[in-house]
Amino acid sequence: MTAALPVPLPVRERWPAGVTPRADRGERGERGERLALRSDEVPRHAVWLVVIDPAGARPPRLARFAELPQLLRAGDLVVVNDAATLPGSLPGVTAGGSRFELRLSGPVEAGRLAGVAFGPGDHRTRTEDRAPPPRLAPGDRVAVAGLPATVVGAAGRRVELAVHAGGEALWQGLYAAGAPVQYAHRRERLPLWSVQTAYAGRPWAAEMPSAGRPLTWDVVLGLRRAGIAVAPLTHAAGLSSTGDDALDRALPWPERYEIPRRTADAIDAARARGGRVIAVGTSVVRALESAAGDACPDAGQPAPGPAVRAGSGVASLRLDAAYRPRVVSGLVSGLHVPGESHFELLSAFAPPEPLRRALALAAQHGLSGHELGDACLILPA
Amino acid sequence: MNIQGQGALVTGASRGLGRALAEQLAARGARVALVAREPGALRDVVAAIRGRGGDAHAIAGDISDKTAIHRIAGQAQGLVGEIAIAIHNASTLGPTPLRLLLDTECEDLAAVLETNLIGPFRLTRVLAGAMAIRGAGVIVHVSSDAAIEPYPRWGAYGASKAAQDHLSRILAAELDGTGVRVLAVDPGEMDTAMHAAAIPDADRSALQAPAAVAARIVQMIEDGGRAPSGARLVAPRWELSP
Repeated sequence: MTAALPVPLPVRERWPAGVTPRADRGERGERGERLALRSDEVPRHAVWLVVIDPAGARPPRLARFAELPQLLRAGDLVVVNDAATLPGSLPGVTAGGSRFELRLSGPVEAGRLAGVAFGPGDHRTRTEDRAPPPRLAPGDRVAVAGLPATVVGAAGRRVELAVHAGGEALWQGLYAAGAPVQYAHRRERLPLWSVQTAYAGRPWAAEMPSAGRPLTWDVVLGLRRAGIAVAPLTHAAGLSSTGDDALDRALPWPERYEIPRRTADAIDAARARGGRVIAVGTSVVRALESAAGDACPDAGQPAPGPAVRAGSGVASLRLDAAYRPRVVSGLVSGLHVPGESHFELLSAFAPPEPLRRALALAAQHGLSGHELGDACLILPA
Repeated sequence: MNIQGQGALVTGASRGLGRALAEQLAARGARVALVAREPGALRDVVAAIRGRGGDAHAIAGDISDKTAIHRIAGQAQGLVGEIAIAIHNASTLGPTPLRLLLDTECEDLAAVLETNLIGPFRLTRVLAGAMAIRGAGVIVHVSSDAAIEPYPRWGAYGASKAAQDHLSRILAAELDGTGVRVLAVDPGEMDTAMHAAAIPDADRSALQAPAAVAARIVQMIEDGGRAPSGARLVAPRWELSP
């Protein structure tokens, strides 16, 4: 949150009848000159959505997240990430007795745990202030989540371990000893259930695909009743911070995804009828854009052949202001301010001015930029 | 639903009907997560299924423990992938010999509801969303004729099963159109440890074998036409197709 941009803008929108915006706790500067968002968790049912017209023709406006079915059109398709969040923060100890924390960066594959190691301490210390982990070199014996393991790869804080136990003991250990990865802005431990979406399935995500958090079943079924399809993919959303500048600059790392055939077909069907493809969360964008077929030159220009390849893949593409989405036309996301990596991703969907106005509106109304906070919807006409 | 290749979860899978269901699902090519409290007995069942070439995994856990539910579901999906079939089979009678309601401790009623109603509800909440977003799944609640008939001394158990039956129907109504089928199945009287605890002097020769009941429930999972969502089915009345 480094950028100082002028706010407030005149607010033309009214709050829906009977609704009182949350009071601003004064996290903005005294004259309201900074573009700062609150940083508290918002209950799933109380999330606000800043609706952004990327063309800038309409000013940003506030809606309840639950109004999503009314904000979209029959024929649109909403794509969600159904990865469950792993208990990815695991206690570890070296053969010499030095303690460390391993944060998984992706799914467990063939008994391998890959992630980032930190020295003693916990999430209450900011990642960049954490003590470095003990030296871990290939061949070293360690225990993680109480399970004996061997270091098979190490590059600075990035490590990969081979766990000696079989699948049952491995998963039992992870869920017995692990906790969701958390950051210092929230001190108390989040229970595992609080970082799951309402449709979470396989435990693939190192961090919650949090844009889908306000998507209750009431909203999902409301979308379907309104003729708006909702389809899943599974994307192994990784870590958002490692505490190491060089590693952080390379985030997000390549992430595994899987797109069901039904979802790929739903995308083709939506494009064929002129519907918009709305991604819930940046992980969905990465998966769909990585799987974009050759027959998909530009969003909005349907071509023969499938828009995305169904099946498994690895998303390595980086999204920023220069990226032109080929499959995804709109995005539901948390609120992010300039300087955050997620803001760069939003910039792929809308130019700076509509985003700036939207964030100003969010700041003015005391909306939360916490990953479990309020949201925005970038929605082309 | 074609069971081949599906991920399945069965609670109370270390013995009786739960064990038979896990065995038969695995025999039809499902990847099965078996959940039970006692790790020892469960390991033996899993080893036996694997010995016959089945894909089975043991998860020790108590579904009446609120904090265990996400762990159980997470381990199951880590081990077998997406769960398309969830069978709520684990249940408790409460203290035996069974007591009149006026002699039933409030805490004992609450404990029966935790195991037979609230635990399965919590597990469904974790598993059914992924089924519904993907458009396919079957949830089976193992019920009892005690859910219908007001048998004296079966108050805690009967009330829990009656509530579960209704939960099953409402869930089916709410998930209508999503592709998820929700069933309640009265298995009938079976020769199990639970039956012996409830009715120690029963004539065991008159009781069904759990495997015979499991075969019918497996067909209900397969046959959405004869077992539509929201149905409450009685296993002994189910005509087994060849």
